[in-house]
Amino acid sequence: MSMAVTANAPARRVNPWLAAWVVALAATVALHFIRDQVPWAFKFPRELVWPLRFWISDFMKWLMEGFDLGLFTFREFTRFISWLIDQPYWVARSLLSDGFLRGVGSDAVEVFPRLSWVAVIGMVMLMGHYARDWKLSALVGLCFAYLAVFGQWDSAMITLSSIVIAVPFGVLGGLAVGIFGYRSRRRELAITPFLDLMQTVPVFAYLVPILILFGFGPVSAMIATIIYAMPPMVRVTLLALKQVPAEVVESGRMSGCTRRQLLWKVLIPSAKPTLMVGVNQVVMLSLNMVIIASMIGAGGLGYEVLTALRRLKIGEGIEAGVAITLLAITLDRLSQAFARRQPDVHQDGGQGAAPLWRRYPYLAAAIAVMALTWSLSAIAPVFRNYPEALEITTGAFWDDMVRYINITFFDQLDGAKNFLLLNAMIPFKRFLLAQPWVAVVGLVALAGYQLGGLRLALLTGALALFMAVVGQWPKSMISVYLIGMAVVIASLIGIPIGIYAAGNDAFHRVIQAIIDTLQTLPSFVYLMPVVMLFRVGDFAAMLAVIAYALAPAIRYTDHGIRQVPPHLIEAAVAAGCTRRQILWKVRMPMALPEILLGINQTIMMALSMLVITALVGTRDLGQEVYIALTKADTGRGIVAGLCVAFIAIIADRLISAWSVRRKAELGLE
Amino acid sequence: MIKTIKYAALAGVFAAGLIATGLITGLAASTSATAGVESKDPIILTIHDWTGQYVTTHIMGEVLKKAGYNIKYQQADYIAQFAGLQTGDLHVAMEMWETTGKQAMDESLATGKTIDLGETGMDAKEEWWYPLYMKEKCPGLPDWKALNECAEAFSTPETAPKGRYLGGPVTWAGFDDERVEALGLNYEVVHAGTDAALFAELESAYQRKAPILLWIYAPHWAVAKFKGEWVEFPEYTDACYNDPKWGINPNMAYDCGKPFGWIKKVGWKGGEKKWPGAYKAIRNFKVDNDEMSQMIVEIDLEGKKLDDVVNAWMVKNEARWKKWIAN
Repeated sequence: MSMAVTANAPARRVNPWLAAWVVALAATVALHFIRDQVPWAFKFPRELVWPLRFWISDFMKWLMEGFDLGLFTFREFTRFISWLIDQPYWVARSLLSDGFLRGVGSDAVEVFPRLSWVAVIGMVMLMGHYARDWKLSALVGLCFAYLAVFGQWDSAMITLSSIVIAVPFGVLGGLAVGIFGYRSRRRELAITPFLDLMQTVPVFAYLVPILILFGFGPVSAMIATIIYAMPPMVRVTLLALKQVPAEVVESGRMSGCTRRQLLWKVLIPSAKPTLMVGVNQVVMLSLNMVIIASMIGAGGLGYEVLTALRRLKIGEGIEAGVAITLLAITLDRLSQAFARRQPDVHQDGGQGAAPLWRRYPYLAAAIAVMALTWSLSAIAPVFRNYPEALEITTGAFWDDMVRYINITFFDQLDGAKNFLLLNAMIPFKRFLLAQPWVAVVGLVALAGYQLGGLRLALLTGALALFMAVVGQWPKSMISVYLIGMAVVIASLIGIPIGIYAAGNDAFHRVIQAIIDTLQTLPSFVYLMPVVMLFRVGDFAAMLAVIAYALAPAIRYTDHGIRQVPPHLIEAAVAAGCTRRQILWKVRMPMALPEILLGINQTIMMALSMLVITALVGTRDLGQEVYIALTKADTGRGIVAGLCVAFIAIIADRLISAWSVRRKAELGLE
Repeated sequence: MIKTIKYAALAGVFAAGLIATGLITGLAASTSATAGVESKDPIILTIHDWTGQYVTTHIMGEVLKKAGYNIKYQQADYIAQFAGLQTGDLHVAMEMWETTGKQAMDESLATGKTIDLGETGMDAKEEWWYPLYMKEKCPGLPDWKALNECAEAFSTPETAPKGRYLGGPVTWAGFDDERVEALGLNYEVVHAGTDAALFAELESAYQRKAPILLWIYAPHWAVAKFKGEWVEFPEYTDACYNDPKWGINPNMAYDCGKPFGWIKKVGWKGGEKKWPGAYKAIRNFKVDNDEMSQMIVEIDLEGKKLDDVVNAWMVKNEARWKKWIAN
């Protein structure tokens, strides 16, 4: 990649930058020689560490206990919000999982039963048919049947009821913020940093304040889910509204739309296909949070996964994990189909003539199914709960498989691991940790200056400086090392797969299914088998990060190469290029901006796994956040969380700036 | 056919009506109180993510139910729960281990918003542990002095020639780094992030009969499933941790084994006034390590259902728990 850059760039522009980099690197090396004279450049002086974490702790304490808004305190306000969210949640949960109860706690008496599992399956199938066709209906029906047959029903319904509430909040909230930002450029600029922070500061970092402000239980978990899952919706909304062609907006204006009409009748309908990408992301990210939400008290499938793995029942963990993936697939496919659905065409003019059930056949059928199963479940318990005797499990199979691999292949796997660890990972880690922070901050700023000018240089430099000033430099560097290694490996695997998938439709479809699964299957599920095979430590952590971060590397490469304009390929063929030449001289350079975006997303995904890596014993920022959580030290957690976010932002801004420049040079924009 | 659907639709409307009436009557009647207990508001017991705690909490919950109290179980993080116990969002935590939760508990008690509800009768044991098959490679065990001679046997390529000791999660501070230094052990301490990861590694090593030396705590199913022994260090005293002069190494503390610890119950202060009888019963709660380990094994290894195991305990120990709730 870098070869392509230097080869294409005009010679006279390379030189001053080259000189600057040589000087900067020489200065870094020089620092090593005078190491004893400037110890502060290598290790940030402890007494100068900015006590930000204590300020944050104090501020949060005040916010949670002292902040009075006059009529009520801040905490009463947040408790009111959680009460609001609790209302629809209570309905969903009663309907799907608990049944309608009278009273609370163990005294509660069931007044009316929950929906029978038969009814729920029937209703999703009806939705599938309504939204598209029998094929979709069968798919979602099978997904839900899995939940019943594999004994995941009760947990899955708890998870589903919080997801069906959290997703609309995330989508509508994201839409509202996006529209707010669309109205003016300045607002958009003000929103963006918050979006970055919401997505990259690990949830564990602000968990304790959330629990205190919103109370213990599922609502807090939902709020954490919404915070994490909303940003993509905002981004997509901004993008989608901007992409609406000017002619469409003009014609709306000419026909005399008010501002509101223009928004709801013109802009949003035309932006709908892109907006649906945002909905998809909200669904996926919400289900991503299921495990962490269950640590806060959401229960459900996440809790099943956690407890199964704590007992090392790997098979049970996999089954519960797959249930999460299937829920994701169902919700995603249904929401996509609903969005693409053509409105019904009413054929008969005399509408009053047709009976109600005929005008609303799906609704009637749904009500019929509900009523039928409710009455049947009073007689036959089969309808109430899926019979336990008919549940199946493949748990033993998975446990045996892991055991077999462990006993048979451990030595080979261990050898490969040790080779990589001793020859690449450990040296790279030592190298990064040995560099003076002063020099690294300078180099990051220089890169910013070269790619995006003074403003970018100030931003990247300041963010890097922050990590040193708050005393988190070594842990930040370990994070950079871990993420860096994972991203390099994920790119080395993902980009070739993406290139191949771009040229082969069958392979493309298979790979899509695999990466969808990788992204929704909770990483905890494969983390434990990975630990069994590779022991606790950096390597196991890195493998888990790679598995999760692989998806964008593949997806964007595939997409980028497919988007190369066909006339360019034809021109290359006409010019007598070989296939290899077409790939390396035409396709790859043209797809580079898109691939860079993929790498950018790979970094983001990798960083979002940092906290999870702490669960298998790394010593990075993830661990810092995790320690802070278990010590209920809010300030410490947030500061470490900010460091994670800042690494992400630096990487994002540098890569985006590079991508923009490449696009400009290629004449793509 | 049309008629059937029509009737079905009617039935649906009827069903919806039923729900509505049910809810209204339900809400109206929910204030009816039962005599005998101070308050019918639910007492919220916290649930964490290990089986033993699940069992103790459910036994307590069942006993309180028998006494007429209203009980609710709420899942909450082991340490983060203190925030809820202080505000009264949560009421009782049944297992707070001295070995892992003492610091957080002391901080919380100092606020005056939570109270110590006494010991559960169980002892938390934690120490370095090895599977029995390692004794062949290191015959001097379980005496800790043998550890240095066998460092090579316990090593991995990353740590060689030092031995590798897999410590507990960093958050469950156990002073292992200090212990290694004070006792001059030729070992590298590797921290597992979670106990799930810890036992995953043990399971893997055990399947292959591979060397492993790690931190284990009890009561836990692993002690029952895997055959092994605790390393015997110089016995713990308070002086060992506080006074460097104590023990083999005159310059450093921590030159001994780990302490046995209590497991305590903690509660929201306000609950004492609201449900005095229930708090008394919680204070009376006592079980011992053996019966707890037995129940953990039945659930985690034999695959019995939690509720069945708890019910069996209730039946068998009726005389015992009746005393807890007796006036």
